Parts: sequence; C-alpha cells; structure tokens
Amino acid sequence: MDNTFHPLFYSFHFYLFGLIGIASALLFVTRKSPVAAALWLVNVMFCLAALYLMLDAQFIGAIQVLVYAGAIMVVFLFVVMLLNLGHPSELADIRGNGGRLAAGAVGLALLAEVAVLTRARFPAQLTPKAAAALAQVDQPGGVIAPIADALFREHLLAFELTSILLLTAIAGAVVLGRKRGAADAR
Amino acid sequence: MLAESLLLSAVLFTIGVVGVLTRRNAIILFMCVELMLNAVNLTFVALSTLYGATGQVFVIMVMTVAAAEAAVGLAIIISIFRHRQTVHLDDINLLKG
Amino acid sequence: MHTDLPPTGHPLADTVARFAWLIPVLPLLGFLANGFLSLHAAATPGPADPSAGGNHHGDHGGHAAAHHDHGHEDGHHAERHPAAGFVSLIGPGVLLAAFGLTIAVFFAMRGAGEGMHAPFVMTLFQWMPTGSLSLDVAFQLDQLSMVMMLIITGIGTLIHLFSVGYMQDDPGYPRFFAYLNLFVFFMLILVMGASYPLMFVGWEGVGLCSYLLIGFWFSEQANADAGKKAFIMNRIGDFGMLVAMFLLFANLGTLSYEGVRAGAAELVFGGALVTAICLFLFLGATGKSAQIPLFVWLPDAMAGPTPVSALIHAATMVTAGVYMIARSATLFSLAPVAQLTVAVVGVLTAVFAATIGLKQWDIKKVLAYSTVSQLGYMFVGVGVGAYTAGVFHLMTHAFFKALLFLGSGSVIYAMHCAYHATHNYADAQDMRNMGGLKAFMPVTATLMWIATLAIAGIPPLSGFVSKDEILAAVFARTHHSTLAEATWLGIPGSVVLYGIYALGLAAALMTAVYMTRMMLYTFHGPNRTGEAERPHLAEAPWIMTGPLVVLGILSAVGGFVNLPKLFGGGMAEILHHWLEPVVGEATLQVTLGETPHLSHATEYALIGTAVAIAVIGIALAWTRCKPAALVPAAEAPAEVGLEKTLANKWYVDEAYDRAVVQPTLGVSRTVLWKGLDTGVIDGLFVNGSAYLMRGLGWVGSQLQTGRVGTYAWVLVLGAVAILSAFSFR
Repeated sequence: MDNTFHPLFYSFHFYLFGLIGIASALLFVTRKSPVAAALWLVNVMFCLAALYLMLDAQFIGAIQVLVYAGAIMVVFLFVVMLLNLGHPSELADIRGNGGRLAAGAVGLALLAEVAVLTRARFPAQLTPKAAAALAQVDQPGGVIAPIADALFREHLLAFELTSILLLTAIAGAVVLGRKRGAADAR
Repeated sequence: MLAESLLLSAVLFTIGVVGVLTRRNAIILFMCVELMLNAVNLTFVALSTLYGATGQVFVIMVMTVAAAEAAVGLAIIISIFRHRQTVHLDDINLLKG
Repeated sequence: MHTDLPPTGHPLADTVARFAWLIPVLPLLGFLANGFLSLHAAATPGPADPSAGGNHHGDHGGHAAAHHDHGHEDGHHAERHPAAGFVSLIGPGVLLAAFGLTIAVFFAMRGAGEGMHAPFVMTLFQWMPTGSLSLDVAFQLDQLSMVMMLIITGIGTLIHLFSVGYMQDDPGYPRFFAYLNLFVFFMLILVMGASYPLMFVGWEGVGLCSYLLIGFWFSEQANADAGKKAFIMNRIGDFGMLVAMFLLFANLGTLSYEGVRAGAAELVFGGALVTAICLFLFLGATGKSAQIPLFVWLPDAMAGPTPVSALIHAATMVTAGVYMIARSATLFSLAPVAQLTVAVVGVLTAVFAATIGLKQWDIKKVLAYSTVSQLGYMFVGVGVGAYTAGVFHLMTHAFFKALLFLGSGSVIYAMHCAYHATHNYADAQDMRNMGGLKAFMPVTATLMWIATLAIAGIPPLSGFVSKDEILAAVFARTHHSTLAEATWLGIPGSVVLYGIYALGLAAALMTAVYMTRMMLYTFHGPNRTGEAERPHLAEAPWIMTGPLVVLGILSAVGGFVNLPKLFGGGMAEILHHWLEPVVGEATLQVTLGETPHLSHATEYALIGTAVAIAVIGIALAWTRCKPAALVPAAEAPAEVGLEKTLANKWYVDEAYDRAVVQPTLGVSRTVLWKGLDTGVIDGLFVNGSAYLMRGLGWVGSQLQTGRVGTYAWVLVLGAVAILSAFSFR
C-alpha cells in the first residue's frame, strides 16, 4: 500500500461524500414516505462511513455500516413495515409553508451561530500527528490498536456501563413492545 | 479537512433540527434525531484526529446508546400505535394541559 | 415605686406628700372593684343593665316623648342592683379617702411655707425611654395642682354621695360608679402629671370616661350619638395639642413642665414659634373646654345622668383647658397675639352661648349653655394673663355650677318620680312642665337661688368676686401691658381689650337674665305638672340634698379665698399669693413687671357697673318672664323668628353638618369608598392580581399543548437563545 498522501485525491473524495451526504439528508427530511426517508438516511450513513474512513477512524467507519446502517436502520424499517405506514392517506404529514419557512429560518440561525462559535482555525492539512496515525496501519494491532487501547484501559468503566445500558434497553423494549394479552387482565 | 468536517457536521445537525421541527410523523421524527446523532459523531471523529482516540471511543458509546434508544423508542411508538392507531404527532397529546 | 428627690431635697419629700401617688390610685382601685362587681352581678339574675342587653330606667336626655315601653317596670323602685350596697360604700368611699389624703398633703404644703417656691416632682417610673426623649411617669405637686386636686376630690366626693341617691334604682349602678371613679382617676392624672404627655394621658382618659358616661344609657340612640359627638370633637382638639407637643419637643427638647419653663427663656418673645405653640394648645383647649368652634358637644352631653353633667361638664373635665393654659403660663405670656386670641374667643363664646341660653326650655340645656358661657369667662381670665383670676373663677364656678346641676338633678328626680307614679310620659326636664316647685322643694329652691345669685354676680357671693376680678383684670391691662402694645388682626390690643370688657358685661347681663328666667319658670308661678302628679312632688332624700347644702355654703363664702385688696385688707388675695410661685412670674410679664394698679375710683366704678348689670338683668327677667303665661310643653306653640333661631342654637349644628359632615361623608363615599376602595384596592390589586394570575396561567397553559412538536420547537428555540447569548458576548 502506498503510504504517501495525495491531497487532491483526498479532498475530492471528501467533498464528494460530503455533498452526497448533504443532499441525501435534505432528501431524507423532505420525503413523504417513511420508507423512502429511511433509505435516504441509510445513504447519509454510508457517506458518513466513508468520511470516517478518510478521517482515519477505520473501525468507526466499519461499525457505522454494520451497526448503524445495518442494524438500527433495519429496525426502523421493520417498525415502518410493521405499522404499515406506507399508505398515502397517512403520508400528508409535512407542515405547511409557514412552518417550513420558520423551520428553515431557525435552521439557518443555528448554523450561523455554530459557524460563529467555531472561530478557531484548524489546520487544513494533516498534522504530523495525523500522518503518524496513518502510519499506524503497519503497526502490530493495526489501526484498531489505539482505539482498543483507549476503550479497554482508560474508558473501561464506561464500556461496562454501556453493556448494562443495553441490557436495560433490551428489557425495556421487550416489555414495551409486548402485546397486552389475557395474562394482563388480572 | 478538519474545518470542513466540522462545517459538514453542523450542516447535517441543522438539517436534523429542521426535520425535527417540521415533521409530524413520529418515526420520521425519530430518524431525524438519529441524523443529529450522526452529525455529532462526525464532529467527534474529526476532532479525534487532533486530540486522540478518546473521541472515537465516545463515538462507540454514542452509537451504543443510539441503538438502545432506538429500540426502546420504537417500542414506545409501537405501543402508542396499538392504542391510538396513529403515529401522527398532533394526535399524541395526552399531556395536553 | 420610688420617689426621686429634686437635687436640693424638697421640704415636702419626707412628709405625707410622698404618699401623694395614692390619691389617684384610690379611685383607680374603686374603678376596679366596682367594675368587677358590675361584671359579676351581670352573671347573676337581676334587673338587667343596658350593657347586658336589657331594659333601662332613668331619665333621658333632651327628647320629650321618646320613652320606651319597659314592660315590667311596675315596682321597679324595689329592683336595686344586688351589689348596690358594696358599691355605695366603695364608690364614694375611695373618693372620701382621696379627699382626706389631699387635705393632708395640702396642710403639709402649707407647713412647708417658703420651701414651696419650687414644685415637688416625684418620679414613679420610666415610661418611654426613646432615644433623646425619655418620658417618665412623674407627679408634680405644687400650688396649682393642689387647688385642682382639692376641687376634684372635694366636689367629686359630694357628687358621688349625690349619685348614691340619684342612681339608686338604676340597674347599671356599679357600672356608673366604676366609670365615675375611673374619671376621677384620669382627671387626677391630668392635674398631677409633671409633663405634657402625662397630662395628655389624663386628657384622653377623661375624654373616654366622658364618652362612657354620656352614653351611659346607650340603648337609646340619641345618648350613644351624644357620646360619640363629644369624643370626636374632643379628638379634633387633641390634634392641636399633639401638634403643640411636637413643636415643643422639636424646639425645646423637653416636654416636662419644669423643662419647658426653663427652656422658654430661649424663645423669641412674640415670635411665630411660641405663638404657634400657644395657638395649637388653645385648639386643644377649645375641644375639651367647649369653646368656639368646638362647643357643640356640651349641650348634647346633657344626655348623660345629671351627676355626670355636674362633675364632668361643669366642675372638672371642661376646666382642663383652663388648667392647661395656666400650666403653660410661661409660654402664653410670651405670645401676646395668642393671648388676645384666647381672650377674644373666650368672650365671644361667652356671649354666644348666653344668647342661646336665653331661649332654652330644657333645664339642663340652660345650665349647659351657661357652663359654656362661664368657661368663656375663664378663658378671658387666663387669656389676658390673669391666671389667678381664671383659676379662681374655675373654682367658684365649680361650686355654684355643681350646685345648680345637682339641684336640677333633684328637680328632675322629683319630676321623674311623679311621672312614673302616674305613668305619664311627658318630658321631666322641660321647664314648661314645672313651675311653683318652691312649695314642694324649699331647700333645693333656696340653695339654687344662692347659686343663681352667685353666677349672676351679686356680692358678696363667690361668683361676683371671681367674675369681677376677671373683668377688672381685663380693664387693667388696657394700658401698660404687653397685650395693649400688641395688635390682633390689625386692631390695637387696647381696643380689643376694651371690646372684651364690653362684651363681658353684655354676657354678664344675659347670664343674670337667663338664670333668673330659669329659676322663675322652675320654682315660681303656678305649677304646670299636672293634678295627678302633684302629690308625688317632694324634696329629694337627704343623701342628695346634703351635698347641695355643702355646695351652697361654698358658693356663698367661696369668694373670700381671693378678695380684692379694696375690701380684703389683710385677708385679701389669698389665692393670688398661694399661686404666685407657679404663675406669678408669667402674670407679671404680661403687665410689664408691675402689678396692675387701678385707682380706687376706677375699681369702685367697675364693681358698681358689674353689680348694676347683675341687678338690671335679674330685674329684667323678673318683670319680663311671666311664668303664669306658660303652658305645659306638650301644648306649647312653636317659636318664630329670633326666638326660634335662639331656641335652635343659631343652627350651628346644622351649619357644621352642611359644611363639614356632609362633604366628608361625600368624599368618603365617592372618592374613598367607590374610588379607592372598590376601584383601586378591590379592582386593581385584589381582582386585578387574580386576573393577572389567571392570565399568566392561561399563557402558561398554552405552552402545555401535549404535542411533541411544540416541545421540540421550544427546545430548539431555547438552544438558539442560549447560543446567541454566547455569540454576542
């Protein structure tokens, strides 16, 4: 593998995936059909995964596809199908023009403020640190090693707590999703 | 790329907010929230190029929590749908005071 | 309690005078005992007291035929209050004890002789230590307070004894004596206090007791109204007193008599400050002593029992104003304009009240207006700086006016008994229903004639001596005095004083006329009471007539206490010398340091004039008033013209009603009630705050749509707001 860094290649793809991501997000927000919206969201996630890879978070990129796009969005689609929401009669849910304008204005305001707040200038090029991380690929453990190191050493407690959280969520989802049966009538 | 990443993240987040404000379908609303979470993940990952692996660890946590939240939230929506036969947000107003 | 000796060790300090604090305390104990008896007995069955909500007996004030149906009044003479025996002992008993103690202290004071140049101040306890002002409860025993104490306890005892007989059948017997004792307590505090605030305590206290006693039979509306009227008019005057006290404290830093006396030296003679203080003090006096413009409560006060009228509204309470001015002699002598004002108001009141008295039919009303008139004389006396003369007239007036009131009480008692026996509801106080009572009540008639001659000013009775002294003092100060040199409303002082003298003579003339008229209509001529009642008319019991005799003697010889030098020789001016340590300096200040000196010829001329006026007045009344021409009150024709105006008191009450009462009620109703109370406080604050809360609640409730969308909006807007706060920092 060629470890040299080609800025143009990098930038082009960055912008490509970025624009596709934005476009997909816009489309996602404006679809009437929930299925269509879900699929556009999946697209956004794929773009983001690509960006993660480019930002030297390979593991994150992988699990973005596996977990987010592959599990969470699938659950969403399951529920959409389950509730049979594709009928046109239920699809008229986008607010009227006034609401859209207001929401757009608010969004722009939010954006402007975030832009104003992040006044710090970040370097446009990869820092030496980033370049070193890129070279991590050839190290033993590969690119996963730094993350694993941080996750299982420094943030072990958070990791364990997350597992408990998942357990709780499973239990909660099962309880909530249960159909009320004869056993509950007592 | 860092600045552009942050900007992209902000834009995606904003789109997610607009979606939350605009959409009245509960499931789509939920998905907009997921979009917001993804945008935040992008921010964390972008900054982790500067500040180390902690950012990525946080992303893992976010994803985990998002998964849990999605499961429970959808279970709630299903429960509501069973009672009210609708996921239209304006109809779910039992908290109306 | 402890006594603080004056630094030099007052000669009275180790005499019986150190028990002087008992003198007011004894009537207070009487009040407590009688009050307890009146409450206790109300719990046991017996004739009900109006204060317990039952019926009442006794004479009514002022109204001719407003007599309630009692229901079971037959044989009410036998229904005495169960505790009456105790009360008859305690009530007059404490007064007698107080009088005895006062006599003892008096003799101690006489024994101290020259040592009594300064008053004996005994401090009992510290009352209000507030910052720069420390008020103590302290009694001041000096010659002036001793005179007042003797009058109060002496005449008080006589009136208490009279009341034992007069009120014997009243179901409120203990309550009456309780109030009467309380009154004596407060009056003694008034005259014995060593500072203005303590005097004010007594001042207010006697006002309270006056209200309680005027409205003694309060189950009748008119009596309660009269009590209220007296109290409220007094309060107007009290405002004046308070302002004067504020001014005194603000400028002199002290409120004790001795302190004021010392500090008065720094006040500018005739300056605005001292004039203002004196005028405000006088305002208080007009309220308490029934001068123009605050005199209208006194005739109404006749609604109370007659002993009350005698004690409070003749001898003691109404003289409090005169006492106060005598006490403040140092201040008044520094303000000639104020003095002239006092004298002018006094003489105008004297004349005005006398004109009304000429045409009254109720015997007590005649005496009431006579009291107002004589009080005017007293104010003339103290107003022109002749403080001794004013106090002297106060003393003699107490004698003969108490006698007149108690005598009329005997008359009313007899009339009342007669009417009750025949179940007649005519007015027992109207002179048109009386007549020829001399035949039935000779002792009372004689004694009242003595008092009438005294008040008319026939020598050598007491009234003549005191009245003449006042008029002579006025005349003497028309030259060579601070008053003559001052101007009052642009008029030179001497002219004012001549005018006062002339009006004083006019008032004296009218006094003689209306008093003789009263005597003629009541005691002489044919009897108009009625055939059936005549057998029941009789002299009052000795418990009532006895005090009258004592007062008659005092009215006759009381004048010898202060004879003018012309007649007295070695016995002259005893009172003048007695009071000299207290008011001598102030008196001399008015007359520019020299004792006023009238030539013998002038003095004889003045005396002759006064006597002539008195005789002319009596003769006028004797010839012009025809008792035989009168008819009983029920059949009497209504008056017309000037007579009607006089009978209706110059419509002063109606004028006050139009000018003061109705506008105040109007303002109260429209502005304060409808405007402020209903509109602003109720509407704006109470209801308004309720509406505001409802409104805010409505706004808040609109936020709780229960819709997730709304909540999301609010969330985002909140985030934007917080970020903008950071952005624009």
